Amino acid sequence: MAAALPLVLLVLLLLGPVGRGHAEPPRDSLREELVITPLPSGDVAATFQFRTRWDSELQREEGLSVLLKADRLFHTSYHSQAVHIRPVCRNARCTSVSWELRQTLSVVFDAFVTGQGKKDWSLFRMFSRTLTEPCPLASESRVYVDITGYNQDNETLEVTPPPTTTYQDVILGARKTYAVYDLLDTAVINNSRNLNLQLKWKSPPESEAPPVPFLHAQRYVSGYGLQNGKLNTLLYNTHPHRAFPVLLLDTVPWHLRLYVHTLTITSKGKDNKPSYVHYQPAQDRLQPHLLEMLIQLPANSATKVSIQFERALLKWTEYTPDPNHGFYVSPSVISALVPSTVAAKPVDWEESPLFKSLYPVSDSSSYFVRLYTEPLLVNLPTPDFSMPYNVICLTCTVVAVCYGSFYNLLTRTFHIEEPSTGGLAKRLANLIRRARGVPPL
Amino acid sequence: MGLLSDPVRRRALARLVLRLNAPLCVLSYVAGIAWFLALAFPPLTQRTYMSENAMGSTMVEEQFAGGERARSFARDFAAHRRKTGALPVAWLERTMRSVGLEVYTQSFSRKLPFPDETRERYMVAGTNVYGILRAPRAASTESLVLTVPCGPDSTNSQAVGLLLALAAHFRGQIYWAKDIIFLVTEQDLLGTEAWLEAYHDTNVTGMQSSPLQGRAGAIQAALALELSSDVVTSLDVAVEGLNGQLPNLDLLNLFQTFCQKGGLLCTLQGKLQPQDWTSVDGPLQGLQTLLLMTLQQASGRPHGAHGLFLRYRVEALTIRGINSFRQYKYDLVAVGKALEGMFRKLNHLLERLHQSFFFYVLPALSRFVSIGLYMPAAGFLLLVLGLKALELWMQLHEAGAGPQEAGGASGPGPPLPPAQSVGLASLVAPLLISQAMGLALYVLPVLGQHVATQHFPVAEAEAVVLTLLAIYAAGLALPHSAHRVMSAQAPDRGWMALKLVALIYLALQLACVALTNFSLGFLLAATMVPAAALTHPCGPRPLYAALLVLTSPAATLLGCLFLWRELQEAPLSLAEGWQLFLAALAQGVLDHHTYGALLFPLLALGLYPCWLLFWNVLFWK
Repeated sequence: MAAALPLVLLVLLLLGPVGRGHAEPPRDSLREELVITPLPSGDVAATFQFRTRWDSELQREEGLSVLLKADRLFHTSYHSQAVHIRPVCRNARCTSVSWELRQTLSVVFDAFVTGQGKKDWSLFRMFSRTLTEPCPLASESRVYVDITGYNQDNETLEVTPPPTTTYQDVILGARKTYAVYDLLDTAVINNSRNLNLQLKWKSPPESEAPPVPFLHAQRYVSGYGLQNGKLNTLLYNTHPHRAFPVLLLDTVPWHLRLYVHTLTITSKGKDNKPSYVHYQPAQDRLQPHLLEMLIQLPANSATKVSIQFERALLKWTEYTPDPNHGFYVSPSVISALVPSTVAAKPVDWEESPLFKSLYPVSDSSSYFVRLYTEPLLVNLPTPDFSMPYNVICLTCTVVAVCYGSFYNLLTRTFHIEEPSTGGLAKRLANLIRRARGVPPL
Repeated sequence: MGLLSDPVRRRALARLVLRLNAPLCVLSYVAGIAWFLALAFPPLTQRTYMSENAMGSTMVEEQFAGGERARSFARDFAAHRRKTGALPVAWLERTMRSVGLEVYTQSFSRKLPFPDETRERYMVAGTNVYGILRAPRAASTESLVLTVPCGPDSTNSQAVGLLLALAAHFRGQIYWAKDIIFLVTEQDLLGTEAWLEAYHDTNVTGMQSSPLQGRAGAIQAALALELSSDVVTSLDVAVEGLNGQLPNLDLLNLFQTFCQKGGLLCTLQGKLQPQDWTSVDGPLQGLQTLLLMTLQQASGRPHGAHGLFLRYRVEALTIRGINSFRQYKYDLVAVGKALEGMFRKLNHLLERLHQSFFFYVLPALSRFVSIGLYMPAAGFLLLVLGLKALELWMQLHEAGAGPQEAGGASGPGPPLPPAQSVGLASLVAPLLISQAMGLALYVLPVLGQHVATQHFPVAEAEAVVLTLLAIYAAGLALPHSAHRVMSAQAPDRGWMALKLVALIYLALQLACVALTNFSLGFLLAATMVPAAALTHPCGPRPLYAALLVLTSPAATLLGCLFLWRELQEAPLSLAEGWQLFLAALAQGVLDHHTYGALLFPLLALGLYPCWLLFWNVLFWK
């Protein structure tokens, strides 16, 4: 997968109760946030989050929203929008409830294209806008920039303007440092009436290998021809010394008939026996195959899970309008508790930045990851739909006409039965018999 | 069918077939050949047209302007290549990464069954480098491939330069809906085969290769590029793939569209396109192209790196830049624009290319003959075999029923016991022996090469070819050995039954071959059918024997080589022809083992034993 997420822009807008324990929270608590992080591929990810109360006015033209300019956002490698609504207690006894609305927009900027081949970025280059003023409604409006690896000598990277405060936290098992720009802090914007954040890499990051996530996966179909094939899922554990279990969930449409006895799991060239397998066979046209496995991934290994299938012939009305495009097989879902390198502290959700909610933590020694592999496109044997009716009619006619005759010709021998005319007496007798209406001799 | 189940009419028909058999056979054969020759003429050739809606009009604006960049990439590549003596993998990786691709390498090695003398290789190892351009906002389910096969010498460096320049240009565009794989393979087709096998995670040919780290879903189409100079005068397009498979005609139409749009001079089989189809000159020129294509397709060899993609149902073709002595020259920008246009059009595809023809022959780029129109040519030729078989069948029956029919036509009579008994028992021996010869021809040359090199002063490749010829010739001694096995009863019926079986066997094989690879089926039918029909143990035996030898599969191959070079206007002398013949034999065996080409097993296991049966008939005692 090598999730090549460039720049994630996360704006979080929050209006609503700030603290659960507070007796009567301020009515308008809109929190907005923009997080900018580099990705392993060298691209830049930006995540906006806005959190607010359901009833507040969201059509705003100030604050972080000025950056949301459609033609730039859709010029990116990836974007994803999410809306979460949940009830929040207004007081400790939960006698009254507010609704919290959280909008998230994650965008991955292709740093290669926007940065002319370099990994440097600036707000203006990404969004063709700069920040001019904080949102007047917001109780909190912040920009976080991932500057992990930044030190005082400015050797690896340089952010301008230099951050006044930094924030440290453990994200996905690794310690991260963020430069924090509080837009409500008048010093941040007021100097030049606009804030154009920039990041420059001093030493070319190409020299070092891009950090690979501990768990990543890849999926593909192998084989050729329209009869058989094989589904393969590659699971990589790049942790140097820790093995951990993953839960692999596959749903495969019924028209790929899985041969479960061919399920093989190999790690480092050896058979890897799953500790738990749940298989629910498909029923034609009713339910797909469901295959769930708990697999232990050895440290620093690639595990290959493969299973063979046969492509079914569909009824001709069951084909999609574009049958030659192929049929999609949904991604495998991989869930795992990946060991952390750094212990995470317990979090107070209301006090910590909004983007923390994107990275759930179960306990201090590991963090939860759910990966979706790429979907697959599998071609099924497809009839020529340009003239099925003609073909069916013609074939049926030919078969019907030819089969019977050929069968006759091949299984019978024909001999000429010479009509024995007999003598004169017999002919006469027959004449008389015909006249009498009696069958002839 | 009623016609056949009515005994009276059936007998009349049978008499007609018996009496007019020879003229009917001649007529049918002549009709087959004439039909084939007429394929190049307008009523049978049709104008090509684009069937795929998604690629319909040429509404793309090509913006590629990286000619200078391509040339500098090519110069650097050639320089690094000279320095390292092999594919400069590190440089390629660095350069691909610098233009923004996701780069992976794959190393492979393969020990050929015997040394390849024309390319001077035996233990082959190499590294393929490929970069993937990920389409923005897409899930990597589909991809397109641009591949440049690099041989041992530093030709094709301009193609690598253009590939890199195109990659750099494509990287900046946002309209891609499919990933694009830029693939540079080493050891030309062997590298391509290794990469394809690894991509599809199969092993067809016993290649050892490292698994691929990066994939990009189902490959929808592929283009292979071969360029050896900075300027080209024309672009030649190759369509014939492994085992005579052809890409969908729409891909060729797409190429032609962009040739026309860019005003490029495009050739097929190295022949210019005739303009005037109303007079005789155009179609005659088309006929040459058609014959060249037939020979090329019949050989079953991939006519470029694209040929190996077809097995995986990836529509592909090879574009070759030719630099010859013509006035108008095009630089890399023109070629790059054509490629850019083609990729943008392929990017629009919603389904795999399937709308247009998969079975066709081409007398010109803009004309084609579809399967419905060319099959009658092969059908007429095979009809000869059918007529002959029918005649023999009836003669066999009549020979059995003769006394009864002559004596008195009344009564059903017992159903011909001698005819039944002659048939099968006596046929087993010659059939088995000739099949065993075929098996020996298939297995022994490669298996016994080491024995041969120990006992004779020859190299492995020579040993294989000479063993092949020796076994082939040894098969001619078969009648003498088979004769002893034969029972002496009913001598006449023996050969008739054998010839009947051989005719049906040949007709079946040729029909199957003609359906999948028309060119091969037609060529074999055109040469083998007359001799097969004429073979007869009585009459002028030496004449028949000479005819039979001249039309044996090996002689057909030799003849095709001469015809091929004649059509390419580079005629062969006899000695050259013989050398080329030996090389072609070795290549045929090698292609079978390295790419899985089926021509060699087909000839060795199918047609050669069948041909031996006719030889057996001829020398029947």
